Amino acid sequence: MTQPLNYFKETPSQTAGPYVHIGCTPNFSGLNGVFSEELGVKILNDQAEGTRITVRGVVYDGKGAPIKDALVEIWQADAKGLYNSPSEIRGAVDPNFSGWGRCPGEMESGEFVFETIKPGVVPFKDGRPMAPHITFWIVARGINIGLHTRMYFPEEIDANAADPILSRIEHKSRVPTLIATQNGSEYRFDIHLQGDNETVFFDI
Amino acid sequence: MSNEKRAQGAFFQRDRNWHAPAYTPTYKTSVLRSPQKALLSLDNSISEMTGPVFGHNQIGELDNDLILNFSQNGELPVGERIIVHGRVMDERGLPVKGALLELWQANAGGRYRHKKETYLAPLDPNFGGCGRTITDDNGDYHFRTIKPGPYPWPNGVNDWRPAHIHFSVFGDGFAQRLITQMYFEGDPLIWKCPIVQTIPSEEAVRQLIAPLDMGNTIPMDSLAYKFDIVLRGRRSTMFDNRREGN
Repeated sequence: MTQPLNYFKETPSQTAGPYVHIGCTPNFSGLNGVFSEELGVKILNDQAEGTRITVRGVVYDGKGAPIKDALVEIWQADAKGLYNSPSEIRGAVDPNFSGWGRCPGEMESGEFVFETIKPGVVPFKDGRPMAPHITFWIVARGINIGLHTRMYFPEEIDANAADPILSRIEHKSRVPTLIATQNGSEYRFDIHLQGDNETVFFDI
Repeated sequence: MSNEKRAQGAFFQRDRNWHAPAYTPTYKTSVLRSPQKALLSLDNSISEMTGPVFGHNQIGELDNDLILNFSQNGELPVGERIIVHGRVMDERGLPVKGALLELWQANAGGRYRHKKETYLAPLDPNFGGCGRTITDDNGDYHFRTIKPGPYPWPNGVNDWRPAHIHFSVFGDGFAQRLITQMYFEGDPLIWKCPIVQTIPSEEAVRQLIAPLDMGNTIPMDSLAYKFDIVLRGRRSTMFDNRREGN
């Protein structure tokens, strides 16, 4: 006999369903005026440091159809590589940058859009630098537990090659699923839930 | 900042056998929306151990009162008045302070207020169906709302959703991010629901069923249900290597 290990079990996830917007982006669902401020719409203000970028994409299902009811959240470091979080102990984050954004897929095209900045370098737990990246979290009807992935930047060729996460992907042909395409300050990051180009998702 | 140390460690590994798998064909929409390749295991980096937190100044006074937050001209919504309350804690049982909870639900007739909703039950002019709140220093929260109704949905030809409230939860690290649904004690539709049945064990389903809590009712006013939420716990940092790059 031993003493019991009194841990609790995590609350099981359930799908966000088709009406996630009512709770998370009510104005988008046509439910105006309940909340004074809709969270996650604005990631930065005019004083934020760093290079302005736009990130667009679509979440596709296993038949290549755009998912029109997805909700996408991003979480990223500021231009110096610091997170706007109480758990950040490495320095003072840019107070003009929240690092967290939330956007529903547009109801016809499924496209999400984030106006943000290019993040700085964040160290991995062993001290090696991780290439600049944006963490993504995707929920939708039919997704039983939220999906975590990352977007990396195509111009960071050397940093991506040395990235401790990208270098752990066994099938190198899958690495490009995590790298956006670039057109000036516009990046495109499409997410494929299934198929030959299935995005690499993480168990974090 | 008394919990600063705890708020720095990596999270316990998620028990994927406790949660629903991605592919659950009796919930048909999951078939084309479930990743088929193995997830890449990623021991938490700073990117997952940190997460956004929200301030009380960002939310309004009526945001946790769904009985009043869409009321027109002081008229009240139709349905059973209820209080939903509970504690957000982590797997160690420690309270999660300052956690943002967002919830959404159908009205008493099972109808959502959403552009794409087509169920024939009527909208309630005094009920919106969205709310949010932030846990206090004990991890406690409460909402006041109307008990939602069950409703049919197109999956099988005669599938019904049990009465439920959707919850979106933020802890203090992005790896804790969670969306779930709360069900009501005694609802016979719970055990017939294909979405509930995505969860492998009865024990895990029971974690989503809120008991009637007569101790927190308001006599002659509202019934109460208690719904505790458990987020992932953090590993101790006391013997971790010092982080580089400080």
